[in-house]
Amino acid sequence: MLAVLGVLALAAYPWVFRSNYAINVGFLILFAAYLGQTWNIAGGFAGQTSFGHVVFFGVGAYTSTILQTAYGMNPWIAWPFAALAGAFTGWLIGVLSYRAGLKGSYFALITLAVAEVGRVVANSLPITRGGLGILVRADHRAANFQFKDPIWFYYLALALCLLAMLIVWRLTRTRFGARLAAIRENEDAAQALGIDSFREKVKCLTLSGGLCGAGGTVYVQKYLYLDPSIAFGVDKSVEMLLVTMIGGAGTVLGPLIGSGVLHVVGEITRDLGNSLPGVSNAQPLSIIVYGAVLIAIVAWLPDGLMGLFSRRSKDARRA
Amino acid sequence: MLEVRALSKSFGGLAAVDRVSLDVGHDEIVALIGPNGAGKTTLFACIAGFIEADAGSVRFLGSDITGLPPHRICARGIARTFQITQPFARLSVLENVMVGAYHTTRVRRDAADRAEEVAWQLGLGPQLDMRADALTLAGRKRLELARALATRPKLLLLDEVMAGLNPLEVEDVVAMVRAIRAGGVVVLLIEHVMQAVVSLARRVYVLSNGRIIANGSPAAIAADPGVIEAYLGHGAAARLQRGGLHA
Repeated sequence: MLAVLGVLALAAYPWVFRSNYAINVGFLILFAAYLGQTWNIAGGFAGQTSFGHVVFFGVGAYTSTILQTAYGMNPWIAWPFAALAGAFTGWLIGVLSYRAGLKGSYFALITLAVAEVGRVVANSLPITRGGLGILVRADHRAANFQFKDPIWFYYLALALCLLAMLIVWRLTRTRFGARLAAIRENEDAAQALGIDSFREKVKCLTLSGGLCGAGGTVYVQKYLYLDPSIAFGVDKSVEMLLVTMIGGAGTVLGPLIGSGVLHVVGEITRDLGNSLPGVSNAQPLSIIVYGAVLIAIVAWLPDGLMGLFSRRSKDARRA
Repeated sequence: MLEVRALSKSFGGLAAVDRVSLDVGHDEIVALIGPNGAGKTTLFACIAGFIEADAGSVRFLGSDITGLPPHRICARGIARTFQITQPFARLSVLENVMVGAYHTTRVRRDAADRAEEVAWQLGLGPQLDMRADALTLAGRKRLELARALATRPKLLLLDEVMAGLNPLEVEDVVAMVRAIRAGGVVVLLIEHVMQAVVSLARRVYVLSNGRIIANGSPAAIAADPGVIEAYLGHGAAARLQRGGLHA
């Protein structure tokens, strides 16, 4: 019931706030929530904290974009290839690092390093046009995966976001999800109970990478430009991690709520400096306020904003 | 059912498990006792695949399982508990046990039914919705047992499931282990609580400094001079025989 209302509200949003600005902010919220959700599958559910999730996004983005610009493939058809490339990257990173027994912070560092490698490689290869980046020729037709009206990208992001939430919701109710949670909580105990943790972790990272890679295509089709720092920038990895942690890792709604809160706070603090007399440079101030909000959330809500709800409902049950 | 032959494992120069052989038959509860540091837990870890043995073999139901990874060994029908309880801390008791139950089914409903059944059997019924890290020690020990049992094992390796419990709680667990045995599961248990060993096991192996120094009925073991010395120190058996131990 609440879920239906929520979906309706999200679907109605662009009809209530009709400015392009509002719709673009809405897109950014949903898109970051989607990417966050792909991080959530690995980091939130299986406890495989990645600091370089952007690598899947970047590989997917470059795959579909190169297929499109260099080989003339229709971007809709190139899209699944982006997902496949992301999934393959996830599989490869998983096999290599889990075979080597890398866990926790070591795994996080490996993903961070792989994303950096991606950036360096994209910067130097002719096929990615190095630091110049790739411009996708503007040709606004739906058949061409380009929409003149930003509302379509909003709905596309909404659809992806809902799909990812559905997948994550399934994780909370299936054996695969239960096994990932077990691995997250205690890998030795999970293995003692018959779980092939290597296999499950690789499967999880493949799924996460595939979804994240599909996101890359959407981003390029909206902004029609891709360069190495967009494709493999640390900031995007951090954003995926942040929206999920703020909202609540390992929950279905966490990334969406986290993304909403972060973007709204970001948009508000961006204008803050301008309204304060005597502050000439707005940028540092807004970052300070933004940072303070983050610290406050992390300090008081270690389980994220969703923790607030579960804590309350638990209190209600006890009463 | 379980045949361990000349199993050895050294850490550095120390032989934690030294050419250990033991057998567990098809319808028994066998106990493994020994002073602290004797190598009991290491032996368990070798059998269950958590530590690779340097030499020796483990056969289960006639096939060689030496060196298989833990999940494969679980698939063969051996489940273990951990001496230091390893709950899935932030999952509920039900979810914890369901992870074990999912071993034999992929259907959520079936796993939940199996988990509830096992949890009630082990007295965890009232705590099904409680988070595992909110359980008392006794609760956690039972949770270890419940999760392992939910995988429908043929052989259960219990590593000190009664340590730290009060006598009443021990009695409860003893009754549960007996019920598990009656349900057709063979049990090999490491235990310090002699009350439990005596009332459960017909056969006892004694491990000391990595070696099996005795095996037999609990009564025979208790009278064995070698065992007494292993626990109480060199010459203790002779002093006991002379009439009382004056330390």
